[in-house]
Amino acid sequence: MKVALFVPCYVDQFYPQVGIATIQLLEKLGVKAAYPPAQTCCGQPLANSGCEREALPIYRHFVETFKDYDYTVVPSGSCVYHVQKHFDKLEQTPEVQRVRATTIDLIDFITQVLEIKELPGAYPHKVGLHLSCHGQRGLHQANESEMTPVRDGQLRRLLGGLDGIELTELDRNDECCGFGGTFCVSEAAISGRMGHDRVHDHLRNGTQVLTGGDMSCLMHLQGIVRRQQLPMRVLHAAEILNGVTP
Amino acid sequence: MSYLTHAGRAEAFVLDHERTSWHDETLWFVRQKRDKAVYAVPEFQELRELASQIKNHTLSRLDFYLEQFEAAAQANGVQVHWAADAAEHNDTVLRIIRQRGASRVVKSKSMLTEECHLNPHLIAHGIEVIDTDLGERIIQMRDEPPSHIVLPAIHLKKEDVGDTFHQHLGTEKGLTDPQQLAEAARQHLRAKFLAGEVALTGVNFAIAETGSVVVCTNEGNADLGVSLAPVHVASMGIEKLIPRLSDLGVFTRLLARSATGQPVTTYTAHYTKPVAGRELHIIIVDNGRTQQLGRPDFRASLKCIRCGACMNTCPVYRRSGGHSYDFTVPGPIGSILSPNIDLKKHSTLPFASTLCGSCTDVCPVKIDIHTQLYKWRQIVAEANHLPTAKKLGLKFMGRLLASPAAFKISGSLGRKALRLLPHGLTHHHAANAWAIARELPEPPKQSFREWYQQQASPTA
Repeated sequence: MKVALFVPCYVDQFYPQVGIATIQLLEKLGVKAAYPPAQTCCGQPLANSGCEREALPIYRHFVETFKDYDYTVVPSGSCVYHVQKHFDKLEQTPEVQRVRATTIDLIDFITQVLEIKELPGAYPHKVGLHLSCHGQRGLHQANESEMTPVRDGQLRRLLGGLDGIELTELDRNDECCGFGGTFCVSEAAISGRMGHDRVHDHLRNGTQVLTGGDMSCLMHLQGIVRRQQLPMRVLHAAEILNGVTP
Repeated sequence: MSYLTHAGRAEAFVLDHERTSWHDETLWFVRQKRDKAVYAVPEFQELRELASQIKNHTLSRLDFYLEQFEAAAQANGVQVHWAADAAEHNDTVLRIIRQRGASRVVKSKSMLTEECHLNPHLIAHGIEVIDTDLGERIIQMRDEPPSHIVLPAIHLKKEDVGDTFHQHLGTEKGLTDPQQLAEAARQHLRAKFLAGEVALTGVNFAIAETGSVVVCTNEGNADLGVSLAPVHVASMGIEKLIPRLSDLGVFTRLLARSATGQPVTTYTAHYTKPVAGRELHIIIVDNGRTQQLGRPDFRASLKCIRCGACMNTCPVYRRSGGHSYDFTVPGPIGSILSPNIDLKKHSTLPFASTLCGSCTDVCPVKIDIHTQLYKWRQIVAEANHLPTAKKLGLKFMGRLLASPAAFKISGSLGRKALRLLPHGLTHHHAANAWAIARELPEPPKQSFREWYQQQASPTA
């Protein structure tokens, strides 16, 4: 199995440890992932801002970079969702269709492709799971409160399987954090307020370590945690599953 | 920030931290009530699918169903009028009122008449118009537009209502007891109901095969107004049609559960024939709807049954308030309807969303709201209505992200700059909106790319 790792642009620049944890975790699970150096971005920041046309060269570059792999694993549901859903603007050549079908979120890759439902390890901390909307509602990685009261999902199960871990029960299990790409600056006031409310739901319910499958939401929430100097560590789920202690 | 943008108006709203919390929690409570009602119906998702298909079908043959409806209504003795736009609608209403020599109108809630700005038109022509829905009456006294389509005065606290009633109804100053305030409104409205000469209502559903219209309320104000006045004028958009009476149950089961978490609205009134000696008029209004029907990407927005669930669930709406949308229908659904009416004026609304998708998931008729928001963004940008700085920045970003070499260099330069520049500069609020509420991430010495290359060839 030929597997590539796509590291989202902001993770590459600001959170290299998330890329490192992802590649190390995959290696522990028997998958040697390659990092094609020509990679840049999936184009979502432009497209979500209305500049889909300007994003087309980025889409083409993404397809060109990853077309020869069986899977392109991404530690971000949002980028995956964008490739799967919005690369429909490209001419649907066999290569484009293949890349859209094989670009996959890390957690889905572990649970669905590798069919691993439990990972070894202990994590005796109170962990709050932030459900990122594009992963949850877009890729259906977790149940939605709009549909069912049952709080369930792949990442929740993987984390819940670690010894000693306690998952925070939030007042609002799946409310958006307010990052929203360029929304975080174009609607800075509302974005900040949404992030504040999300962080305080965690704080109120005892979260010590805030985690999730998407670093973009976590970058925004961490920005608020650090500004308000709250006693909460923010880690990507790959870091926890790879054994990083808070 | 400008009051011309959603962000500007939202910023003003969110400034009051406590009030924003209250607004958010009030609407979240309604969303939770909706959840409980939805969870209790095992076939709810099938109902949504069925409703969506019925609406899709109806919209695909709207010309047929409109004519079927008109013929059936006329056979029932109803006077049917067609209005291409708001002006024609308003003129028709005024003409009907004048034909009766009437001057006192009671009106139950109708977003269509809000959209057409009917009240100012009638008042300018010397007609007294009284909104009889409690929330509507409150905001009418305050001369404000509704901030929500189901809960028009949801932006007001009971203290605000107490002040308003003190000023307009002479209730005791400082009165905040909801029951006493409601009683004052009841007494006031009773006199208006009794004096009403023409009753105006909206329409929730129009049934093509029977020619009847269905009006859903919780207060019974539509029924009271219609029962007392000799003339009933019902205004409906062309998209209110459903084919058969047997389809109605699908929608009434969805509507109240989605709107407020009730199993059904308290009153569901069917109007088919005028009572002997009385008049029933139905005005069928286009006002931009056929234009939207002609846009394949946005056609589905016409499936909307105006339940307001997308507002209650929207994390932006709950924190920015309905008035921040500056459109008759606020919230996510309004943000996909309004660009059809005036793209430039409402160009910031499709961006008033994180695209979280909760609106799409609560929508009882499965409108792909967040996808349509995304698609309107493309149209806004194509029409050059993006702020210039944003457009230039995005163009630059586009070229950068298509080039691996430029991407690599700019990333490393940016990180260095962040490390070296003083915090006060990198976090200056005027230059960096991110930093108003948040710290920037701490830039690492090495990017992932650099780490990976070092692993691959440690001696390099």
